[in-house]
Amino acid sequence: MSEYLISARGLTKKFGDFTAVNGIDFDVSKGESFGLLGPNGAGKSTVMRMIGATSQRNAGDLTILGKDPELNGPQIRAHLGVVPQQDSLDMHLSVSENLYIYGRYFGLPRKFVKGKIEELLTFAQLEEKRDAKVEALSGGMKRRLTIARALVSEPEILMLDEPTTGLDPQARHILWDRLFRLKEQGVTLVITTHFMDEAEQLCDRLIVMDKGSIMAEGSPASLIKDYSTKEVLEVRFGSDRNQEVADKLRAMCERIEELPDRVLMYTEDGEALLEKIYASGLHPKTSLVRRSSLEDVFLRLTGRTLIE
Amino acid sequence: MSIPTVRQGSLQLIDAAKTRSRGALYVAEARIRTMVKWLGIIFAIAIANPVLYLISVGIGLGGLIDKSVGPAGVDGVKYLTFLAPALLAQAAIQGTMDETVFPTIEGFKWNRTFYSMNSTPLSGAQISIGVFLAALFRAFYTVLLYFGVMWAFGALESPRAWLAIPTSIFAGASFGALMQSVAAKLEDENYFFVVLGRFIMMPLFLFSGTFFPLTSMPFFLQWIGWISPLWHATELGRYLTYGHAISPTLMWVHFAVLVTMLVSGLILSARLFTKRLAK
Ligand SMILES: Nc1ncnc2c1ncn2[C@@H]1O[C@H](COP(=O)(O)OP(=O)(O)OP(=O)(O)O)[C@@H](O)[C@H]1O
Ligand SMILES: [Mg+2]
Repeated sequence: MSEYLISARGLTKKFGDFTAVNGIDFDVSKGESFGLLGPNGAGKSTVMRMIGATSQRNAGDLTILGKDPELNGPQIRAHLGVVPQQDSLDMHLSVSENLYIYGRYFGLPRKFVKGKIEELLTFAQLEEKRDAKVEALSGGMKRRLTIARALVSEPEILMLDEPTTGLDPQARHILWDRLFRLKEQGVTLVITTHFMDEAEQLCDRLIVMDKGSIMAEGSPASLIKDYSTKEVLEVRFGSDRNQEVADKLRAMCERIEELPDRVLMYTEDGEALLEKIYASGLHPKTSLVRRSSLEDVFLRLTGRTLIE
Repeated sequence: MSIPTVRQGSLQLIDAAKTRSRGALYVAEARIRTMVKWLGIIFAIAIANPVLYLISVGIGLGGLIDKSVGPAGVDGVKYLTFLAPALLAQAAIQGTMDETVFPTIEGFKWNRTFYSMNSTPLSGAQISIGVFLAALFRAFYTVLLYFGVMWAFGALESPRAWLAIPTSIFAGASFGALMQSVAAKLEDENYFFVVLGRFIMMPLFLFSGTFFPLTSMPFFLQWIGWISPLWHATELGRYLTYGHAISPTLMWVHFAVLVTMLVSGLILSARLFTKRLAK
C-alpha cells in the first residue's frame, strides 16, 4: 500500500468528445485536508465522483485506500463519506429515517445506527427535526443532514462537494467549525469549493483547477506567495475611466488586473503605492488596501475571477 | 453546548461481506419504508379496482352475456368467473410496474437517491434488484386483497385457485422487471408516460384475452396476446381458478415466456443501472 490514501496519475474523464478532466496528478495523505478549487465547470465534481469510486475514469491511474476503484468500488466506498453537490436525500422519509437507511446501506447493525442517529442529529443541530419529512426542511438544514448522513459510517475519508453552498454565513461558520473538529480527529477531508475563504480556512493543501487541468498546487499561503504579491490595492475611478488610467497605473507596480468595476494593483506595500498614485495627479474615487488572497491567485492563473 | 465527537472507525466497523450479500435487501427495506407511507392509498386502489370492475363488467355486462350465451357460459363458466383471473393478473402487473418504473425514474432523476445509495458499498445491480424486490411486496399485497374480493364475489371454482396468486405475481414480476430496465434508460420521461399508458398498457389490457378469449380476435391482432405477460398469466389463472383447458405444451410456453421476460428484464436492468451510475 502506498503512503497516500488517494493517488492519481494522468486521471482523465471524458463525456463523449468532451474532456472534463484532463490527465491530472495529485496525492492526498492521511489526515490531510485537501481542496479542489475552481470555477463552474472546472471538473471538480467529476474528480470527486471518480475519487468516490462511482464514476469510472477513461484513462490514467487512481488508487484510493490502496485499491483501484474500477476493481474494488464497494470495498473502497465502505470507507468513504460522500457529500454530493446536490443533496439527493430521500424526500419521502423523515430526517432520522434518512440517517437510518443510509447506515443500513453500509451493513451497519440496527442498534449501532440508532445510537449513531442521536449523535448525528446533535452534530447537525437537527434534534427538533428528527421526525420531520425531508421535504419540509430548509436548504441549509438539508445540507447539514447530507453531511451528517455521510458521517454515519465513521468514514476514513470525508468528501465534501461544495459543502456550504446555500448556507447562510452563520450556518457556514458553524459547519467550518465542525469540519475543523473532524480534521483534528484525523479524518482526511477532500473538499471542493469556489469560496476562497473556505479554501483558506479548511484546506492544508489545494489544487487550483480550470477546464479540467491543474493550474497550481500548494498550501493556501504558498500559493499566495508564489502567485501574488503581499498586498493588493483596489482602486476605482468609475467604470468609464478605469480603462483610461490603466496604462498609467500599470507602470507604477508589478502587475495590475482590470476588472469591470475596479483595478487591482499588486504590490508589496499598498499604502506607499496609493501615495504614488496621488502624487502622479490621479484621484481614485475609492481605494482599499488588502492582503492577497486565493482569489488573486486564481485571477493570475486564469485571467478570470471566481464569481460565486 | 457539547458537540459529540465524531469518531473515525469505518475500518473496524464495517463488515464488507455483509453488504455484498445483503445489499439488495437493504435497498428493498428502504423502498418498503416509503411504500408503507402510502399503504392506505395502495389498499384503497387494491380494493376499489376489483370491486368496480367485478360489479360493472363482471356482474353487469356479465349478466347480459350469460343470458345470451345460455347455460354453456363463456369457456364453460359464468362471465364473472372467466374475467376475474385476468383482472387479478392485471392488478399484479399494474402494481409491480408502478413500483419499478416510478422509483427508478425518481432514483436517477427526480431525487437522485440512487446516486447516494451508490456512494455506499451498494452496487448498481444491488440497487436494481432491491427496487424490484420491494415491487414484489406491493404485488403480493395487492394480489392478496384482489384475491379476497374475487372469493367474496364467488369467482373461484377450483380448490387450487389460490395458485393463481403466485402466477399473477409472476406475471407482474416479469413485466415489472422489463419496464424497470426501460425506465433505467430514460433520460427524458416526458413522452414516456403517454406512450406507456396509451400504446402499451391499454392495448395489452384490451387485447390479451382479458374480456373474451384471444382466439375470438382477428388473427392479425392475436400476436399482442402472445407477447403479453397478461395473456400468459390469464391463461394460467383460468386453468387454476376454474379448470380452463390448456395443453401441456402450451402450459410450458406460458411459463417459458414469463421466465424469459423476467430473467432478461432483471439482467438488462442490473446492467443499465450499473452503466448509468458509473457515468
Ligand atoms: N454526466 C455528464 N455528461 C456530460 N457532461 C458532463 C457530465 N458531468 C459533467 N459534465 C461536464 O463536465 C464539465 C465539468 O463538470 P463538473 O460538474 O465536474 O464541474 P465543477 O467544477 O464541479 O463545476 P461546478 O462548480 O459548477 O459544480 C462541465 O463542462 C460539465 O458540463
Ligand atoms: Mg461541481
